[in-house]
Amino acid sequence: MTPFVDIAFLILSFFIMATKFKPPEPVEITTPGSVLSQKLPENNAVMISIDSANRVYFTVLSDRDPSKYDAIIQGINTSQNLGLSNEEMANFRKTFLVGVPFGNLKQLLATDFKDQANLSQPGIPVTDTLNNQLVWWIQESKKAFAGEKLNYLIKGDGLSKYPTFFAVVQALKKNEEFKYNLVTSLDDVPPGTELYKAEQSKN
Amino acid sequence: MASIDTGAEQGGKKGPGVKKAKKLSTRVDMTPMVDLGFLLITFFVFTATMSSPTTLDLNMPKDIKKQEEQTEVKESSVLTIMLGKGDQVYYYEGKLVVDATGNNFKQTTFKGIRDIIVNKKKEVMDRYYQRPDPACEAKAKAEGKPISNCADKDFVVIIKPSDDATYRNTVDILDEMTINQVRTYAMVKIADVEFELIKKTEESNGIK
Repeated sequence: MTPFVDIAFLILSFFIMATKFKPPEPVEITTPGSVLSQKLPENNAVMISIDSANRVYFTVLSDRDPSKYDAIIQGINTSQNLGLSNEEMANFRKTFLVGVPFGNLKQLLATDFKDQANLSQPGIPVTDTLNNQLVWWIQESKKAFAGEKLNYLIKGDGLSKYPTFFAVVQALKKNEEFKYNLVTSLDDVPPGTELYKAEQSKN
Repeated sequence: MASIDTGAEQGGKKGPGVKKAKKLSTRVDMTPMVDLGFLLITFFVFTATMSSPTTLDLNMPKDIKKQEEQTEVKESSVLTIMLGKGDQVYYYEGKLVVDATGNNFKQTTFKGIRDIIVNKKKEVMDRYYQRPDPACEAKAKAEGKPISNCADKDFVVIIKPSDDATYRNTVDILDEMTINQVRTYAMVKIADVEFELIKKTEESNGIK
């Protein structure tokens, strides 16, 4: 039995090492599949999520340098005259995603981050071209990450409608950003196609 | 397995006045530990997320207002794909013609669109091979690129998702570009005429 137990513990240690806990996701998003196997950047990125009800959320991914969070929320606070307190702005670091119009931001940030999941967030207004609030978020992120490479991740639910995605792209375009990463899950390359042949010849 | 020797039993012979050192067993009962180990294995196996998300790059062009700066493409090598409601795909080759002289507005599904892209690409490439462009081939050779890059350089796919198309449709069609190695494609806002046509087709086909 000893070898058996040995192996079992070996497997155990493997899984402990290999497991990376996902941060709790307040909104569930099922991403569509694509054949591309490029890895997702996890730092220096802003993620724009679109859920199945076409609500848009904004997330900053900057584990390495948390001061970016402060810079973004301070920029938003001054440009929009929100009058956020220092505690509320500090709470932005822990806020996993923002999906409220500017008017409700104070209420969201006044809520403890653990309770934010229970708050129903209506999404950032984007489809109205005159009041595309995502433009501001991206603008402030750009300022905060000035001089560094910033990736734009768009994580859309497969069932969300195209106009919302288009509005998100418009918001990015207004900020002179033309390169984005769409978050997808991995699909197999269909055999017989040109890409399949190209990959076969590479191997 | 053996349990920890508590030394409770007073075995052995004991001579008068002789205190014999107690022999403690070094074996420890491992069963609970192994149980726990397996419990943890099961837990980690279930929680492990092996498939990490991947990304699809998307480059959007700058909005160009001036007519003369816009890229011109050959009409004969353009394929326009429109995405409609209920995972339906509509397409036409070249310019849209819907009048007495003909109708090139066609409907298909995501399964069918691959063949259409492949055939159109082949058609464009065949046309090139009949009239090759030596200047382009020389350039490709100098840069170490395959000559086929020249053959399909004219082939352009224009993607026009309608307001009813889902994000999945959009990603799927972009994926189709990668799968079929279409090098030039653009995502453009749908024209009103085309949207009307899609609406009409949807109505006649009963797609909601």
